[in-house]
Amino acid sequence: MLRFTSALLAQTGLALDFSKIVPSIPFILQGIGVTLAFTLVSALIGFSWGTILSIFKISNIKPLKWFADFYTSIFRGTPLILQLAIIYYATPQLLGYPIPGFQAGVIAFALNSAAYSSETIRGGILAVDKGQREAAMTLGVSYPLFMWDIILPQAFKNILPALVNESIALLKDSALVSTIGAQDLMRRADIVRAEKFIYFEPYIFVGLIYYVMITGFTLVARRLELRMRKSD
Amino acid sequence: MIRTEFLCKSFGKLDVLKDISTNIEKGEVVAIIGPSGSGKSTFLRCLNLLEVPTRGRVYIDNVDITQPQIDIKKVRQNMGMVFQHFNLFPHKTVLQNVTYGPCKVKQISKPEAEKLGLDLLTKVGLAEKANVYPSRLSGGQKQRVAIARALAMQPEVMLFDEPTSALDPEMVKEVLDVMKGLVESGMTMAIVTHEMGFAREVADRILFLETGRLVEDAPPDVFFTQPKSERACQFLEKVL
Ligand SMILES: Nc1ncnc2c1ncn2[C@@H]1O[C@H](COP(=O)(O)OP(=O)(O)O)[C@@H](O)[C@H]1O
Ligand SMILES: [Mg+2]
Repeated sequence: MLRFTSALLAQTGLALDFSKIVPSIPFILQGIGVTLAFTLVSALIGFSWGTILSIFKISNIKPLKWFADFYTSIFRGTPLILQLAIIYYATPQLLGYPIPGFQAGVIAFALNSAAYSSETIRGGILAVDKGQREAAMTLGVSYPLFMWDIILPQAFKNILPALVNESIALLKDSALVSTIGAQDLMRRADIVRAEKFIYFEPYIFVGLIYYVMITGFTLVARRLELRMRKSD
Repeated sequence: MIRTEFLCKSFGKLDVLKDISTNIEKGEVVAIIGPSGSGKSTFLRCLNLLEVPTRGRVYIDNVDITQPQIDIKKVRQNMGMVFQHFNLFPHKTVLQNVTYGPCKVKQISKPEAEKLGLDLLTKVGLAEKANVYPSRLSGGQKQRVAIARALAMQPEVMLFDEPTSALDPEMVKEVLDVMKGLVESGMTMAIVTHEMGFAREVADRILFLETGRLVEDAPPDVFFTQPKSERACQFLEKVL
């Protein structure tokens, strides 16, 4: 397959030789785990923090609301790569010790994704029928229990497709952590490029991996959405 | 058991309830009737402070629950409420709907709550539906589950807000029958309803509301045969 593509591309005048990266393939493939782990951990922390922010946003306590709105506007109003740079390069200056690339990336992505997902989650919460609140209140259910047991499960069911899409976007953007040294797919392609002085082959190879993963997840998400619409 | 004194409720400039003073004795069944928009739901919702009265007082067992130091959650646990649109928890099974309050609010052990829940579901004729989700039930079945859920808190009072208004006609009877069972068990009940026959049959008293005022407060025989007010006459002419 690789050889066939190479031959084909050679005919067009582009001298690609994928056999050159064959020894590096296991090294590159290990990046899949890193990229997926990075995305998953960022999404989980991001959605949890996003949930808390969304509850702040609908709260009657004004300062909490202000804080959450301000937070969201900051993270949505500045480039992600700048946020990444600040956490990776600038905060160690404050803390006095360096943060590893992977961790710095997770922090930046989680904080950023929380800002976006908090809006989605807020919408999901507001879409839950008002009668649920009254039913819970007449049973004497406390607000935290009501949120946790009654509202959030229904809200998350409403917005599950949107959160899957947000995770897919995270997966795509995760390539940015290569710039701060996390050993993800993108970074590994860079390393192979630098070692072997070949450019197209490693990039096209990881490009293919990203494409398969992202398209696959998108298909799964679409299935999920269809099935949920049917069950309603 | 329940007493209101000069109860007023406004939404902005709209005065929905105007000086409602009445009381409901223990074991009494009171039907609240009146034209749509007259404030029946708002009155009922003021009794457990789902709506906070603008003025006036609500006493439950001689305690003024409009006072700020009152733990309203405790008060509400003692007052079951059934809604027009059921408001079941769609992500919980029928049995989980019924046991949720006892388990999470009263902190009764799960086996005990499930036993209580199954007893109540048997009482409303739905034991075999214990493990299905509400979306699989008919309207009448949903409302019976909602009644069982409210009863699971072992309340002393039950409030009903048009419990049969959202039902297809053929399902009204099964819900009214469950409510009749409750009446026979001696439950204190306040029922907002358009079912005049039912009100006449089970109620000890009829409260007639018109544009936020309590216009009549009389036993059903008196109310349905010789209403004092012009308004009630007109209303009865329309609905009977
Ligand atoms: N939360 C609310 N905000 C504003 N107006 C309300 C609210 N609830 C009820 N109302 C108004 O109060 C009036 C009485 O409503 P309601 O108590 O529901 O009447 P009923 O149950 O007798 O039909 C209506 O005009 C209604 O529009
Ligand atoms: Mg009403």
